[in-house]
Parts: sequence; C-alpha cells; structure tokens
Amino acid sequence: MSYDSNWEVVIGLEIHCQLATKSKIFSGSSTAYGAEPNTQANAVDLALPGVLPVFNKEALRLAVKFGLAVDAEIGMRSVFDRKNYFYPDSPKAYQITQMDHPIVGVGHMDIELENGETKRIGITRAHLEEDAGKSMHGAYHGMTGIDLNRAGTPLIEIVSEPDMSSAKEAVAYMRKIHSLVRYIEISDGNMQEGSFRCDANVSVRPVGQKELGTRAELKNINSFRFVEKAINIEIERQIDVIEDGGKVVQETRLYDADKNETRSMRSTEEANDYRYFPDPDLLPVVIDEAYVDALRKELPELPEQKKQRYIKEFELSSYDADVITSSRELADYFETVNAKCGDAKLAANWVTGELAARLNKEEIEITDSKVDAGAYAGLLLRIKDNTISGKIAKDVFEAMWQGEGSADEVIESKGLKQITDSSAIEAMVDEVIVNNPTQFEELKSGKDKMMGFFVGQVMKASAGKANPGQVNQLMQKKLKG
Amino acid sequence: MSNYHTKSVTELSAMLQAGEVSSVELTQYFLDRIKNNDDKLNSFITVCEEQALAQAAESDEKLKAGNAPLLTGVPIAHKDIFCTDGVKTSCASKMLDNFVSPYDATVVTNMRAAGVVMLGKTNMDEFAMGSSNETSFYGGVKNPWDTLTVPGGSSGGSAAAVAARLAPAATGTDTGGSIRQPAALCGLTGLKPTYGRVSRYGMIAFASSLDQAGTFTQTAEDSALMLNVMSGLDEKDSTSVDKEVPDYTTNLNQDLKGLKIGLPKEYFDEGLNADVAKVVEAAIAEYKKMGAEIVDISLPNSHLSVPAYYVIAPAECSSNLSRFDGVRFGYRCDDPKDLEDMYKRSRGEGFGEEVKRRIMIGAYVLSAGYYDAYYLKAQKIRRLISDDFKAAFEKVDVIMGPTAPDVAFKIGEKSDDPISMYLSDIYTIAVNLAGLPGMSVPAGFVNGLPVGLQITGNYFKESQLLNVAHQYQKNTDWHRAIPEDFS
Amino acid sequence: MSIDIDEVKKIAKLACLNVDEADIQSYATNLSNILDLVAQMNAVDTTGVTPMSHPFDVVQRLREDVVTDFNRREDFMALAPETEDGLYLVPKVLE
Repeated sequence: MSYDSNWEVVIGLEIHCQLATKSKIFSGSSTAYGAEPNTQANAVDLALPGVLPVFNKEALRLAVKFGLAVDAEIGMRSVFDRKNYFYPDSPKAYQITQMDHPIVGVGHMDIELENGETKRIGITRAHLEEDAGKSMHGAYHGMTGIDLNRAGTPLIEIVSEPDMSSAKEAVAYMRKIHSLVRYIEISDGNMQEGSFRCDANVSVRPVGQKELGTRAELKNINSFRFVEKAINIEIERQIDVIEDGGKVVQETRLYDADKNETRSMRSTEEANDYRYFPDPDLLPVVIDEAYVDALRKELPELPEQKKQRYIKEFELSSYDADVITSSRELADYFETVNAKCGDAKLAANWVTGELAARLNKEEIEITDSKVDAGAYAGLLLRIKDNTISGKIAKDVFEAMWQGEGSADEVIESKGLKQITDSSAIEAMVDEVIVNNPTQFEELKSGKDKMMGFFVGQVMKASAGKANPGQVNQLMQKKLKG
Repeated sequence: MSNYHTKSVTELSAMLQAGEVSSVELTQYFLDRIKNNDDKLNSFITVCEEQALAQAAESDEKLKAGNAPLLTGVPIAHKDIFCTDGVKTSCASKMLDNFVSPYDATVVTNMRAAGVVMLGKTNMDEFAMGSSNETSFYGGVKNPWDTLTVPGGSSGGSAAAVAARLAPAATGTDTGGSIRQPAALCGLTGLKPTYGRVSRYGMIAFASSLDQAGTFTQTAEDSALMLNVMSGLDEKDSTSVDKEVPDYTTNLNQDLKGLKIGLPKEYFDEGLNADVAKVVEAAIAEYKKMGAEIVDISLPNSHLSVPAYYVIAPAECSSNLSRFDGVRFGYRCDDPKDLEDMYKRSRGEGFGEEVKRRIMIGAYVLSAGYYDAYYLKAQKIRRLISDDFKAAFEKVDVIMGPTAPDVAFKIGEKSDDPISMYLSDIYTIAVNLAGLPGMSVPAGFVNGLPVGLQITGNYFKESQLLNVAHQYQKNTDWHRAIPEDFS
Repeated sequence: MSIDIDEVKKIAKLACLNVDEADIQSYATNLSNILDLVAQMNAVDTTGVTPMSHPFDVVQRLREDVVTDFNRREDFMALAPETEDGLYLVPKVLE
C-alpha cells in the first residue's frame, strides 16, 4: 500500500453466507442454483397476497453450528424482524431478518498476520435472514428484469467488530470464515454463485486520533481479490479526500472491478428508515441446551484445532499447517497422502508445494485435482524408496496430471526408474571424465565448483535417472583414485 | 313455493342429508336470490354461478354415495379477502381488481373439502379497513334492515348477504370487530374464534397479529358447524395453534346454571346509546332467568384499546401492504417514468383514502425516533389490556356487553370523520388485542334496527361460548328475524 | 401531536404513496387527529411492562427442509403487468 504511516485504517466486515439447505428459509421452493428465471419462486417467495412464512428447521441448525464454531453466545430465543424498504428484488418490500435478538451473539475468529503473529477479530453477531432476488438492468428495452429464484434463500450475515487494520487482514479474516463455513458444512461457500460475499465498512483516521473516522460501506464484494483491491482503493480515496481538506461522507459505495474504483450509490443515499419491527407472522425461535449440545457434538475438528494437532503430531511448521488446514478438503487430502506414504513432512512439502502450485495455476479446487490423494501418495512412496529423484518426481506428477496413469505406470512406461546399479553409473562417470579431460584437471587442482559440472553431466547422460548422491560419491572416488 | 332462505345451515344440511333437496337446487335457489336482490344491497363483488353449480353437482354425488360430511352441498359466501383459486380475489380494492388468485386460502380449502359450495365473494371495506363498508372500491353495501344505513364493516357484504338471506351463511374476518360489529348491525350471529384457531393462510393480511377468520350465520348452532370445518392447525401458518379441534356441536346443550357472566362497567358508559343499553340489559336479564350469575367486573384499560389498536394495526398494515407494488400482480399505473414513479403512482392510485391513511400512520409510528413512543408503547398497553381480561376470567366464565355503541348509522354519516368511525369498534377491539374468542348475538331492535349482544370467552373456549349463545337462542327468536324486504 | 404538510410528504415518500397536492392538507388534519387519539396512551405509566407482540407466549414451529413446491411460473406470470423471457419487468431505477 502506498499510504504513509500517518494514517490508521479501521475495517469491519459483514459477510453474507448462504446456508446449504435444500429449500428456502420460509418456503418449500428449491434453492438449487442456475434454474431458469422465476421457476423456483413459489407463492410465498413472490409475496402473493395472503401467503405466510414458515421457518426452515435446517437453516436454524446450520446457523447454530456456525455460532458454536466461532465460540459465540447462542441466541436461545431469537426473533425475526421486518426490515422495510421498496426494491423490485424484494417482493414483500421488507426483508425478514433478525435485529435485536439474533441467533448468534458475540464470538471471535483468529487470523495469522504476515509477521507470524495471531490476531483475534471480534464477531459482533450473526443473524438469519432471507436473500433478495436478482435484477438485470437495462436488458429489456430499457427496463429491468427481475428473477426471484434467489429470493428467500437462507443466509447468515456475520458481522465483525471493526478490528481489522488493513485490507490484508480483512482478506485473511474473510478467508478464515470462508474456510470455516465449508469445514462445518453449513455452506458451499461458492463465491461465483454468490453464496459467499461481503460488505466492508472502511474508515481512516490520523494515527493517535481516538474517535473513528467517518466510514463508507463497500457493497457486495464477491471475491477475495476484489475485497483487497476495493478496500485499498477506498483507503486511498478517503485519505486523498481528507488531505485535500474535504470530509468523508457516510455512504454506500460500489466497487467497480473494471475501473478499479469505488463509487457512490446515489439511489440508496437518501437516509433509509427501515422501520424494523418484530414480524407478526413469525414467532420467537426458542431452542434449549440439549439442542445446542447435540450440535456441539456434531461439529467436526475445526481448522484451528487441526492446525495445532498437525504441528504437534506431525511436527509441521506453523506455516505449512496453516496452509494445509485452510480448507477441509485440502486437510483431508493431506491426511490421506500422509497415511499412505507414512512421511508427514514429505507429504506436507509436496501438498503445499507442487500440488498447491498446480491447483493455483489451473485455478481449481483441491476437490477437482486431476491426481487424487491415493495416487499422489503412490508418487511420494517412490521418492521415499529412492525409485525416483525429487526432480524426476515432478515429471512423473506432470504425466499423472495429464492422465497417463499411476506413478508406477508412468515410471515404468517412461523408464524413469533411478539407476542404482553402481557399475552402470561408474561407466557413465568414466565416460564423462574421458570426454572432459581439461575440466577434470581443473577439478583435481582444487577447483571444487567443477564437481557440480561433472555431477550434472552424469545426470544428463543418465537422463536424470542416476542417483545424484551416488554420482557424487563415485566422483570423489575417482579424484582420490 | 320453497322457502329455503328461511332455513338455517343446520336445517339445510339435514334436508340435504335426507335427500329432500339437492345441492344443485339449493345453490340455484340462492344464486337466483342474489340475482334478484343484490342490486339493492351490493353485497357481492363476484358471483360464481358456474363454479357453484359444478361444486353443487359434485356435492350431490357425494351425498348420493352416502357418508358425506354434514355441510356437504350447503352453499355459502366467502368474504373477498380469502384467496380463491381461479376466482377474482380483490379485497375490495382497485389494487386487486384484476387479481385472480392462483391458490386457495386454507379456510376455502377446508370448506371445499367438507363439500361446502361457494356462491361467490362478498363485498367489504377495502383491505378490511373500515367499520361501515364504505371504503370498498366497488361501492358501499347497504344494510338490509334499512338500505339508507350501513351494514357495518369491514365484513359488511357477508353480513348483508346473510341478513337478506342471499346466502345461508358466510365467512368473514375480524381484526378489530369486523365480524362482530356488522353481525350486530345486521342482526346475525357472528363468531370470531381465538387468534390462531383458524389458519390465516390465504387470507389477505391486514394486521397479522390481530386478524382472525370467522363466520356469519343465523344461529350459534350453525357457527359451531362451520367452525368444526374451518379450524385447526395449518402447517402453512406459523401462528395457527396446534390444539385439538373438538366437535363444537356436542357441547351445545349444557344448561347455564351457575354460569358466571362478567359485566365490565366500562362497556356501559356514556358512549353507549341508552336504547341499545336497554336491549343489552334485557338480554342479560334473560340469562339470569336461565340461572346465570351476574358479576360486575372492570377492564380498567379498555379505554386504551382504540388508541393502542390504531398504532399496532396500521404499523402491521403499512408493512403488509408494501407488497402491492405493481411488479408481480395487481394494479400498475400507466406510463411510469421510472421505478419510484411506478411505485408511488401504482400505490397512490390503487389504494383508497382510508387505506393510505392507515399505511401512513403505520409508517410514521414505526419510523426512526417514534418507534418507542408509539409502537412499543402500544405493545405495552396491549399487554395491560390482555392482563385485564386474564384477571377478569379468574372470576367469570364469559364477559357480556354491547357489541357496538349504537345501531346501524346512516350511509355517509361518519365517512368524513375517521375518528368517529374508529370509535364504532370501541367495544370489540380489546378482544382482538387480547386474542380472545368473541361473538355477537342478535338481542333485539332499536327503531327497527338490530342490536347485538357481545359475548367474549376465554382462550379456546369456543365450545362454551357457542353454548352460551345457543341457550339464549333457544329462549329467544331475535335471530330468526328477517328484514321485511327480503323475507 | 400534529403532523404538518412537510411531514405528510415525508411519510408518503417513505410509504411510496403518491398523494395529490390538493389532498395533503386533509391528510395532515386526519393524521394529526389520529395521533391525538393515540396520545391517550401516554396517560398510563408502562414502565416495566413487557411489550406484547402476539396473543400467546408460543414459539415458532419449524418446517422440515423439504422442497415441496415446483415450477408454476406460467400461472404466476399471468398475474403480472409486464413480463418477458420469464422475468418481471420494471422501469429502470433512476440514478
């Protein structure tokens, strides 16, 4: 970031996370993604006259699970309220949400800072609410088209304290929450489909100033990359405004990824008065300790617990453990690889190294990896038993990725097995020495760095299949010889 | 010449079961009565001749097959607030003038399942907001007892239709007195069950925490038959109550010896017409004769029921009626220039004045800075009013008093003065705030216009309430009176 | 409590209602009268009284997470003033 250290940044996030239910929060319509417009909007979703909401049991269960996973207070008696506002994607012209009595109260989430320290981010609350529909602007002879398939999809809105002081921290927090909701299987976290998105409240103040600066709310950001960019650009904008003697206005702003700028949403600027009041069509949601305890028992090992276990049990570095536990699927992958190859450090190196790089490059998730955990372990076993070198292993991995078979099949069909027969290697060594007499003299006269040249030449002659350690030993022998 | 219109639902049901008349005959008879008489009353918005006769034919099949439920083949009318699949459901508003519901309200489904035939949809105050039926987009309804007077409201069409015997019975809804007050003004038996007893699904919402469906009938016995069919838990309504539905007809012959009747002193104050008071007192004297014991009680906060109601009901309605936005159904203004213009003009043109007034009051009392002073305050008052009733029911079995402070007033008399109109419901509103069951029973006449006795019961004591009304009707015949022009 | 013309306009905007200029004064008068009626509540001390938003102290029933409703787009769209390609059409938002 380019702003100087005279400024302090304060960021809070509101994350909207779609709960993985089959049907909507208050109706029996499907929540499946991608259906033809308005084919999954029933009478209740369309707010036809006379219809009434009935609350989905599963949405409650998933929300409570989230609360337990962030060590939060659980709302034993939560209440649905109406938030009144007119917009075509909101069929009732009010959103059913929770205002004063949310299902999840105060909790927290720890993030890793770049300097290796841990920072605790406070979670103010998380409440249940329904999603709105989708507007397609301008496509129909200047009119806007409304698709209400999404209306009534269950969400939890997770509200953080303004505890983050940089875009990087905000992204780290968002990633942690994203990973968590997938760990505990309350959401698919699919950001392309809008299942996980956030609003960021950003303000700046001169270092040392006590009161917070005026904040702007950045709406509906649906990727980690955009969160970071949008916040940074907004920080710069606010500092510029203040440094030019202006004032930051409290408003909602939209991030435009194409132009990499944020801009004011004038249409929503008029002071909204949402006239919240308890929804008379719904009753208080009351749960008891037994219900909460049963859900607590259902929780899987959480990312943080898993990370600590990896550090302790497998002696992984904090960094590796953090990367591997960043998603449940990756951790599961690692554990399968480890169980089969029996070398945790090797498994960790190869999962966070070659595999992660490949996934990153192809922009796919671990679940879509073309090499499954069993096959990957097969490859690592061949490194471990010296059948192939680490270098060759990368080529084998490439072939496996291209679908050319298991590690053993690739090694066999390409003849990549490491040459361990020392007489064969010695013959190659001798040949290289004969072909490079000058260099050999230099080596003998004490020019140690020529050793690398010879090992390299032999490796080349063996097409990489010689064991570099063994080549080195043989060369030493020749020198002494 | 047949005189089916002088028969109660109970009597018609017996005739149908005995094969003395077919449902088609009966249905045609009432369709003809509507055709020949409703121009004097304007009690129907939609008459469903074709569907009604088809339903009647189906019911006749069931009757022939035997073991048909009691109400099979009985024709009734539904208030136009209940959604009816394939039939226009307007709530008497221009907003829904073009709305043909794609689904049935649960009340309608239940009636249909019981073999009941729907004659049509009755007129009402727009979105059930009114006490005189003058706010209807389709014009006011006239009281069959004197067509220069109002039938009461909001269920004025149902009341007028049954009073003129254009239908043997009808459904209604009661948010602040909308069944009991028109029943009183039209000389009918009106029943508003306990809140949650009957599903609200498909009943176009006015004030969700107060609305309750009920019936207009000639007798309490008929009310019991209808309630049997309407009541019960509905999975589609979170506020419908999971409580067993008894057969409300089995308790109708208990004598009233020792019954404790509470008379709240607040219901007999200076606001009550002296002649109406006399009629009510006479009815109470009748109960004494039957062995009931009269207990003077007080509902000290009852004078606050109208103020609290006119915060809570508008608040809920302002939000409930926001869905009428000209996007997915209903009225849309011509040539909107942008979205906001479309909203404002569609709603401004689609809603009538009283509806707009209540929406605005509701928006105001919920708005920032006023919520605590109005909405929260009203909810606290509501608690006090409800607690008054709880205390009273420690001492008495039922509470009695006048249903309305006066008999039917002249058309136009109060239509320019909302406050005086609101005060027509001064004795009925508290019952809705508390969620209790209540009835109005014909108790006599003042100047040729009917007077209603209001009977309020404890929660879910509809059986007792109906018996109390039925015993009175066994000893009186006010409920048998039919307006001369429609006899 | 009295409501003036500006307040009527503000409330009408909040409630998305077009009110004819000629009617505003009568709305102001009527709304003020209603609020005067409502103001009778202030005579009672309600400190410590629990607000009542529902007649009974009952709790929300829960629905099983089952898809029970399927596509009825055609039926529903027949009710709408303007549709195209399965979408409800509205005038665009004025920015």
